[in-house]
Amino acid sequence: MSVLTTVRNARRTVRREPEGVQPRGRVARLLSLHGGATFLFLYLPIVVLVVLSFNDSRIVGVWGGATLRWYRELAGEPAIFTALRNSIVVALVSTVVATALGTAAALSLERFRWRGRRAFDGLLFLPVIIPDVTMAVMLLLLFVQLFDVAGALFGLRAGFGLGTITLSHIAFNVAFVAVVVRARLARLDPRLEEAAADLYAGPWRAFRHVTLPLIAPGVAGGALLALTLSLDDVVITSFVSGPGSTTLPVYVFGLIRRGVTPLINAVSVLMLAGSMLLVVISLTLQGRRGGGALRAAVPGRT
Amino acid sequence: MRATAPGGAPAALRSDLPRDGESPERAAARLAARRGALIALPPIATMTLLFVIPLAIVAVYSFATRGRTGRTVLGDWNIAAYARLGEPLVLEVVGRSLGYAVLTTAICLVIGYPFAYWLTTRPMRVRAVMIVLVMLPFWSNLLVRTYAWRVLLASDGPIPAAFAALGLGELRLLFTPFAVVLGLVYGYLPFMVLPLYAALERLDLRLVEAARDLGASGWEAFRHVTWPLSRPGVVAGSVLVMVPTFGAYVTPELLGGSRTTLVGSFVVRQFLSARDWPFGSALSMAILLLMLVATVVYFRLQEDRA
Amino acid sequence: MRTTPKHRGRTVAVLAVTALIAAACAGGDDAGGAATCEPGQVDGDLLLYNWTDYVDPELVPAFEAEYGIEVVEDFYTSNEELLARVSAGGAGYDVVVPSDYAVRIMVEEGSLLELQQDAIPNLANLRDDFTDPAYDPGNAHSVPFLWGTTGLGVNVGLLGDVEPSWALVFDPEVAGTLPGRVSLLDDPREVLGAALHYLGLDPNTTDESELQQAADLVAQAREWTAAYDSGTYQDNLVSGEVVVAHGYSGNFLEAFDGLEGFAYLVPEEGATVWTDAMAILADAPHPCTAHTFIDFVLRAERGAALTEYIYYPSPNAAAEALIDTEILEDPAVYPSAATQARLRFLQDTGDFETRYTDLFLQATS
Repeated sequence: MSVLTTVRNARRTVRREPEGVQPRGRVARLLSLHGGATFLFLYLPIVVLVVLSFNDSRIVGVWGGATLRWYRELAGEPAIFTALRNSIVVALVSTVVATALGTAAALSLERFRWRGRRAFDGLLFLPVIIPDVTMAVMLLLLFVQLFDVAGALFGLRAGFGLGTITLSHIAFNVAFVAVVVRARLARLDPRLEEAAADLYAGPWRAFRHVTLPLIAPGVAGGALLALTLSLDDVVITSFVSGPGSTTLPVYVFGLIRRGVTPLINAVSVLMLAGSMLLVVISLTLQGRRGGGALRAAVPGRT
Repeated sequence: MRATAPGGAPAALRSDLPRDGESPERAAARLAARRGALIALPPIATMTLLFVIPLAIVAVYSFATRGRTGRTVLGDWNIAAYARLGEPLVLEVVGRSLGYAVLTTAICLVIGYPFAYWLTTRPMRVRAVMIVLVMLPFWSNLLVRTYAWRVLLASDGPIPAAFAALGLGELRLLFTPFAVVLGLVYGYLPFMVLPLYAALERLDLRLVEAARDLGASGWEAFRHVTWPLSRPGVVAGSVLVMVPTFGAYVTPELLGGSRTTLVGSFVVRQFLSARDWPFGSALSMAILLLMLVATVVYFRLQEDRA
Repeated sequence: MRTTPKHRGRTVAVLAVTALIAAACAGGDDAGGAATCEPGQVDGDLLLYNWTDYVDPELVPAFEAEYGIEVVEDFYTSNEELLARVSAGGAGYDVVVPSDYAVRIMVEEGSLLELQQDAIPNLANLRDDFTDPAYDPGNAHSVPFLWGTTGLGVNVGLLGDVEPSWALVFDPEVAGTLPGRVSLLDDPREVLGAALHYLGLDPNTTDESELQQAADLVAQAREWTAAYDSGTYQDNLVSGEVVVAHGYSGNFLEAFDGLEGFAYLVPEEGATVWTDAMAILADAPHPCTAHTFIDFVLRAERGAALTEYIYYPSPNAAAEALIDTEILEDPAVYPSAATQARLRFLQDTGDFETRYTDLFLQATS
């Protein structure tokens, strides 16, 4: 075990970050001003949503006093809760599966030389650049064919639903997870893993005790990206959903097209609060385990 | 998922001992090749079923014919759909989409670069919180955030109202190209900031200091040291912003009032309004190819310069 | 037997996929088919695919309570969305509500079940002029749900009394001088149809030069058109974002409820009339429940409740006796005979549909 301890210490050294130098004078002030303005830009719409969700007036420009009316009305729409449940189920399942598959893809591409590697590399790039609607139509056609096959071969009556939505989300998420994990792997010194292997750690143990902890921030980042993409998707989901499997974004898109404004504000605020809660929980959990908390929370950091 | 681990099948792998007369290096390479392929199997299988086969189906559809009612007739294969790709309307829409994508990317870079740089100069603890703050809006739904801009920009919304209150007259923002670009920049700014931040944070600042010590001005140090070293972040960020904005659908629809047809909506319309699936499929294949070529060329150019 | 790792990976993938698909179809509990349905018979939950916000809030709970089944509702926002989902097959719904021309397309494509009219005794409630529509002779595959017109919502508080004419959106002398802007539907057939009406041409033309004239008109109107919008035009009108909006009668009337200064006009050059009809998908899992639901909607009191809730006229003669006379006599809801004579249905133009989309996109972007 002492080997692994040594490797872990080495990892700690690798992770140390350089402290920033402070630009001085006018440049610094300009940068700070710009930074503040950018944060304002990022948060302006969110502040507006929160305020409007408590506005007791249907008309946006008029302040009709504070109210919880829209939240109460929201509670009376069971469809929203079904949609929310569907979204969560799809997001969780597709994220777990896509993260596992994406990590495997990243490992095989970054750490091994094998025939067909370049082709697979290129293939993984395609889902990242394909337009949503093309992906949607592709999957719609695929599932229709699969249903026919399932019916003809096994007498199964398959149909669109949460299953098809989940598969579709896996389809686009694998590539995104792979990209993020690879970025992390590329920055790691393969000698750490080689050292572990040389010391007879065995491939599985080397992975479990050396590689996995090292790429954990990348894996977590990839998973969070997958989760976000899954919770954001409208176009693909609306093509492959079935009876009773509408997800929250698709439902909200319907509301927006219908123009029921105050309700959307309330839904949005709740969604935002939910994602904040998620962040806080994940940060606290990781903070307790010590170190690297934020690194894991930020996909781009990987 | 056990299958994802390199040691997913340890027994099988351990039997892969060097063959007689084989050099240890060759044996190791052969072993690595097998192991790599083995690990890649589950994702390859998944991608084949959920991506390659569907892509092949769309490719087949692109050579089919639109039936009288709009249902695709499989058979009577032709390349009429591809012939339509050269029509002025298609070129116009593609050109416009490229323009919007490039403009959005440029604006994101101009806003994002100093912002990311500023973030790296913050003390470690503050910096951590700030990064989360950048990510936070990004974790709420894109649709909802776009919708919020619709509220902000509407004639009776806060921004034109403030404008009018200042005596600057009536301001129309909603349903303008400005609104579309604004929405796109807002939606994809984090995609630019995060890779930039990662690149800048990793930068060895001793290099910058060395340049300053050697008498370089702040601008020269930036121009010759910081900028070249942060270029991987710039490239990654640009691709991450440009690709999705090129195919954007929701933002032009909600903020542009569909007055600005970009490629995303154009393809949607072929599949929906026109019910012309062969043409929609051919368009999709062409866009995929275009994006592929564009990103590959872009990466190559950057590599050559670096 | 010893499986090679290679095969094992593949087997795992196949099993995972099979499991997911099996999970996907766990909801469908029985097989559809051409079994004969009795009036009032149900054979499972109802899977309804309808326009957003298109039924009164009491309808579904009342049906659920009376027949002891559940209704699963999903929504679409355009016929095109419905057609895209259905024409590929396997959509999995029982009842859909396509508009006239979409009914015709779906019948031609074989997507709809032929109705067992014996299972729908309330068909007798239909108005005479809705029993044999051109898009579906004898209502063999569909039953009218609601109908309406496509016209203009106008901020008369700002513009005063204006002539009901498409000039409000197409004439540079009129539309170009409005103190505000115009919104048109985001729909090739409706917008070009309006332009064709304005030009005195057939809204279902398949003449390239006629269509080109209409497209030129639409392209000219782009200058003062704020948005091509099929979902929120009524809100944009009410909030003052636009002063004239092209849209569907009932949506305007619902938005105008309780507000002064807005009117819905059917242009005198002629306008689109449409019927949305209930139909059962050929592969519906619960065809008997579907027939029973259609029969339920055709009850007089249900028809009246629908119209009173969303201000679209009812094709149901029996319901008219129960509808508030104020609504019944409102020409914005029930067009006068003179107006009705100027209304035209949009028809599928077959191969020519792609030209409508192309020219619309060219004109609007």
